[in-house]
Amino acid sequence: MPFGEETLTRLKADAAEITGRYPKARSALLPLLYLVQAEEGYVSDDGMAFCAEVLGITQTEVRGVASFYTMYKREPAAEYQIGVCINTTCAIMGGDQIYAELAEHIGGPDAAHGDGHSAANHGDIKSPDGKVAVERLECNAGCDYAPVVMVNWEFFDNQTPQSAKQLVDDLRAGRNVTPTRGPRHLCTWKQASRILAGFGDGQAADGPSAGHASLVGLKLAKERGWQAPPATETPATETKA
Amino acid sequence: MAGSPRDGDARYGDKGMTDTLTPVLTANWDQPDSFTLAGYSRDGGYQALPKALAMQPDDVIAAVKESILRGRGGAGFPTGMKWSFIPQNDGKPHYLTVNADESEPGTCKDVPLMMANPHVLIEGIIITCYAIRASHAFIYVRGEVLHAVRRLQLAVAQAYEAGYIGKNILGSGFDLDVVVHAGAGAYICGEETALLTSLEGYRGLPRNRPPFPAVEGLYACPTVINNVESISSVPSIIANGGNWFAGLGTEKSKGYGIFSLSGHVQSPGQYEAPLGITLRELIGLAGGMLRPEHPIKFWTPGGSSTPLLTDEHLDIPLDFEGVAAAGSMLGTRALQIFDDTTCVLRAALRWTEFYQHESCGKCTPCREGSYWLVRTLERLEQGNGTEQDLETILDVGDNIIGRAFCALGDAVPVPISSAIKYFRDEIIQHQKQGGCPFDPAASTAWAV
Repeated sequence: MPFGEETLTRLKADAAEITGRYPKARSALLPLLYLVQAEEGYVSDDGMAFCAEVLGITQTEVRGVASFYTMYKREPAAEYQIGVCINTTCAIMGGDQIYAELAEHIGGPDAAHGDGHSAANHGDIKSPDGKVAVERLECNAGCDYAPVVMVNWEFFDNQTPQSAKQLVDDLRAGRNVTPTRGPRHLCTWKQASRILAGFGDGQAADGPSAGHASLVGLKLAKERGWQAPPATETPATETKA
Repeated sequence: MAGSPRDGDARYGDKGMTDTLTPVLTANWDQPDSFTLAGYSRDGGYQALPKALAMQPDDVIAAVKESILRGRGGAGFPTGMKWSFIPQNDGKPHYLTVNADESEPGTCKDVPLMMANPHVLIEGIIITCYAIRASHAFIYVRGEVLHAVRRLQLAVAQAYEAGYIGKNILGSGFDLDVVVHAGAGAYICGEETALLTSLEGYRGLPRNRPPFPAVEGLYACPTVINNVESISSVPSIIANGGNWFAGLGTEKSKGYGIFSLSGHVQSPGQYEAPLGITLRELIGLAGGMLRPEHPIKFWTPGGSSTPLLTDEHLDIPLDFEGVAAAGSMLGTRALQIFDDTTCVLRAALRWTEFYQHESCGKCTPCREGSYWLVRTLERLEQGNGTEQDLETILDVGDNIIGRAFCALGDAVPVPISSAIKYFRDEIIQHQKQGGCPFDPAASTAWAV
């Protein structure tokens, strides 16, 4: 259904802010697709028509771009999109087992046989209540926390099949879950898309600076008194005491 | 060369006496507010910026050249040289694009850096833009790391507020805008020309070179593309001097870098050290292998696109030359470590599935070749392959390398060819016993 008048006015104002960031408006297409995904939970035909109108390009051109990138969902997404990393390190450290058990937990005994790994979200395994969906992810740059599970692109580090199933149960029951390296309150899929469009949610300062694995080298260096050597020349802006 | 803990200033007298670990970019990560402007400034942040702005732009480039910093995104191209390729007084706008699309399997350094210390990247961006005379910078960050995106957005907003970005920065007359741009889930966009195409609002397809981005990059204008860690190293070079940076590391691989350990070790994580440290030293720092009775079997020095190495290579210096001499590449220092419970064929198949999934489809050898490699490897892993299949996949691999536009194609056969090189018998064993000889449950983090 096309956007209502009020929604359209709001989206147009946001779109103007987005296009204003770039020397050439076409660069705004990726954030604009996030903007419409934030509105509807996925990139619909209406969403693509909106992007086309803002940029003065054809809907086919927009569709060509939207279909290239896996983070744009082409069907309504769940409130919480759960991704299990199945790239080599996570898979071997237990990600394969987590995915198989989670798929069965959410979608029934045959669910794990689906590929769960398509360009749109045809492969996602969705819970009957539509609240959560699970998919297979490629490397998410958290290898030192393997196996990694992402929910709405927040890190849930060092997972086990048991912890991952608990996570799903909590999400379905509406209980708050806290990412390992992220804000205390997990945002929804739509809210996450809005952040990716460039509109912050004010939660940047929440959560730790770094997780435990990010700090192992620094801790060791401090314990042993290791550090980088001092400067070899006096900085020009300072005078030597 | 790395050594044991020492005390007193004497350790700095000789660059051969550098400490084993040298936290610079990671030094403030344990502070609860390290990601804020106040937290970064408290530990000396934003002190390189006024120093750089007081220099001539060409002198900033010269300092980075003097440091011999080589790109930290995998390829190792000298950063200062890349900057000097930007034509000056050409009447065109110049751009800086930071490659924050960290997606190479095993690579996990830039995301924690942006989460814990985004301001060191911002300070590096401002200095770099001043040097190359750019007034617009883009941070192309992969979209799948929401909290890192939030931290970058906050850091940029704080830097604007402090007058470090915007008009007439610190009264220098230099103007700069910085945009955080989230990618949308495509590994190929970490390839520099695909990144530019994506940033222009199109499907992320790589472009042919030449023209190189330094001449015709973003919007066909001169563009520098650097990795997050490369740009983040710039403030320390300006603050401490190019020769300080060049005083760390080995003969041709200078400076410090973040080494990322993952897989079967006691303490996986980030270890910032001068280039040239060995994996044996790093595993020692990480408390040894996860299960002492299971020794290391194979590892990647710099992500899945760098050929596998084995326990024969634990003492090679992890610098550009040392790893190349061992037949691999330093890459992104993404050390994925696998013990003897791991099936090398399973690992190689999974990486190949990754390349098949991420091939953009532009070049036939990469698109079709990765598809057939997966099919053949699946057959081998299930025990239905033949020895002839090994020759077939090596041949298919040879027909991808050099026949695709970008480095993704060249990377496709890498895990397979190196797995066959070191573990041919194990791959054939699958066929002999009609299936995989390994139990995947024995490799998990929770296996006892």
